[in-house]
Amino acid sequence: MHATLQVQGLRKAFGERQAVAGVSFSVAPGEMLGLLGPNGAGKSTTVGMVTGLTPPDAGTVSVAGITLAQDEMGFKRRVGLVPQELALFEDLPAQANIELFGALYGLSGAALKQRAAEVLAMVGLADRARDKPGTFSGGMKRRLNIACALVHDPDVLLLDEPTAGVDPQSRNAIFDNLEALKRAGKALVYTTHYMEEAERLADRIVIVDHGQVVATGTLPELLATLPAANTLQLDIEGTLDPQGLLALSGVHAARLEAGRLSLALDDLTRDAPGVWQAVAAAGVQVRHVSSGRANLEDVFLALTGRQLRD
Amino acid sequence: MNALIALVRKDLVLYFSNRRSVLMSIAAPILIAAFFGSLFGNSSSKPANIPIAVTDLDRSELSARVVAALRADTTLTVSDASEADALARVKSGELRASVTLPAGFGAQAGQALFGGKTKPELVLNYDPSQSMVLPLVRGLLAQHVMQQVSQDLFNSAGARMKDMREQVRADAQMPASQREELSAMFDSIAKVQERAASAADAASGAASGAAESANAPKFSVPFTTREVEASSRPEVKYNSYSHSFAGMGVQFILLMGVDMAVGLLMMRRQGLWQRLRAAPLTRTQLLGSRIVSCALISVIVFSIIYAFAAAVFGVRIEGSVPGFMLVMLAFALLTASFGLMIAALGKTPEATRGLAILATLLMVMLGGAWVPSFIFPAWLQTVSLAVPTRWAIDGLDAMTWRGLPFEAALAPVGVMMGFALVFAVIAVARFRWEE
Repeated sequence: MHATLQVQGLRKAFGERQAVAGVSFSVAPGEMLGLLGPNGAGKSTTVGMVTGLTPPDAGTVSVAGITLAQDEMGFKRRVGLVPQELALFEDLPAQANIELFGALYGLSGAALKQRAAEVLAMVGLADRARDKPGTFSGGMKRRLNIACALVHDPDVLLLDEPTAGVDPQSRNAIFDNLEALKRAGKALVYTTHYMEEAERLADRIVIVDHGQVVATGTLPELLATLPAANTLQLDIEGTLDPQGLLALSGVHAARLEAGRLSLALDDLTRDAPGVWQAVAAAGVQVRHVSSGRANLEDVFLALTGRQLRD
Repeated sequence: MNALIALVRKDLVLYFSNRRSVLMSIAAPILIAAFFGSLFGNSSSKPANIPIAVTDLDRSELSARVVAALRADTTLTVSDASEADALARVKSGELRASVTLPAGFGAQAGQALFGGKTKPELVLNYDPSQSMVLPLVRGLLAQHVMQQVSQDLFNSAGARMKDMREQVRADAQMPASQREELSAMFDSIAKVQERAASAADAASGAASGAAESANAPKFSVPFTTREVEASSRPEVKYNSYSHSFAGMGVQFILLMGVDMAVGLLMMRRQGLWQRLRAAPLTRTQLLGSRIVSCALISVIVFSIIYAFAAAVFGVRIEGSVPGFMLVMLAFALLTASFGLMIAALGKTPEATRGLAILATLLMVMLGGAWVPSFIFPAWLQTVSLAVPTRWAIDGLDAMTWRGLPFEAALAPVGVMMGFALVFAVIAVARFRWEE
């Protein structure tokens, strides 16, 4: 399918610091791309360049074949931005906020009012249309923030950490909204440092670190790059050389950090008993055991040697 | 255009929904202007009943007449007091001034008029916090003393004239020519007074000593004054509220401009500015909408302030109405560009607010918003011409109580537009588009 959003070789430096160093990706209609990385990885700078807020030092961005350089206004009309901050006028009622942003994108009259009512209903705030955001909960404000970005019916929606500070119930409501937008054929870019959100929502994931793309793919594709599909964690007391465990069958990674032994195993049933025997032989006391399937955190760890929330 | 209107409407709605801003921009200038207007008063309400004390150490006929003349003056409220008591009451603020007529005043004053060696020294104590009273009391004192001394001297029936003749005749050091001239002057005065007394006797038919005294020629200050308000139309009376409303309006509208600037910095901090920049808007639309909305708010607020001033305090546009509107519009644009420049130069809302308010207060102070600029020393009046608020207030004064024609508005408007342009250029050049 033809990509709605095409990002090619974006670079941006602030003084000596290279914030973004050659980021490329594309998003198709009805697809959500997860832009995952730790704080300071260059996600927001990338979003700034994609929305035309920050001029790139190099690279191009196009939406439906239109680049910023060719037609800045036409480009911006096709893009919706949900910024990390709550970009709302607290003293204007919810509907007035949406109508204002609609007017900025060229809507007017009855069409604007109708569209404002539609997006308010879409984010579940139809009954609060006349209330000011100052009276809203954090989750409701986030939903209104999204509604303001949707009012002009953009082809591409960029969401920069849209669930920051939101309670689980509102988070689920936002996820439902985004799922609906995907079904409606919108191209979505979702930046987050929460791997759970990326795993749940994103069709494809771009992992960035230090301004560079370190991996791209679907969740199964990224997990497949890991040496093992399962993890085993043991909280221990005593000394143990984790490297010695790599000689065991089915053990692909072993790391001891702050009393926690983390292992990557092919198969829990088959490979875990060998680990138990080795640990017992070393005379180490095991206080707690947990296991799970590998996730994006493990992918990031394997790629960068650091955790997402470092 | 739709986007520009939406942005301007948003600013207007946000501004007028903020009660604090509206209160600060409309109610505060009205209250303070009303206070200043009543303080400076109108020309019809001349100062009266200024409390002073007079100490008459001379106790002569002349000093008694001077004291009586001061008492008869409605500008003053005169009380008797000892020298020490009078001084203490001036120091305490109870009296504005005190006058001491020294012993020998009556005898020395007449001689002093013709270059006598000893001049009586009148002591005038005054309250330094009421320094405006000093020239007034000094002037009244000079008037009444001169009037009584000259009357005393030039009354032919009086002994004073005879004494003066004797003194001149006996003064061996006086040059002969001067002695002759003074004698001739005394003779002439005597002839005029005798002729006037004869005419008065003939008219009354019966002369008595008292009548003769009453009909004797009186000497007084050799001129009268006709006080005319120097406005462009004689029927136009000065209204002190006109100036105070111009000054306070200018001050609080500029402060509103500062608020608008701080609001833009807040928008930047909250990410709203970035969000607006993500919309398909040109820089001209983004900054232009701020200029238009701020200027519109200025015009609306100023109109409300003047409407109130007209309804309650009788302030009128005695000059050109189009000129007044042009001055108001130029000032509104000046305010808008001033606010934009502050937003461009400011870093944080908190720091910017404090500095901008200080700058605004300095501008309005130098512009004559608090007290008319003609009170300033000459050098400061020259300096204040470089302050745009001076031109705003002068322009508004010209179109209101001065009653000047449209042409008088052109210079203030031109200067304000020049300042507005400079501010706008600085704002655009220094505006940080990226975060």
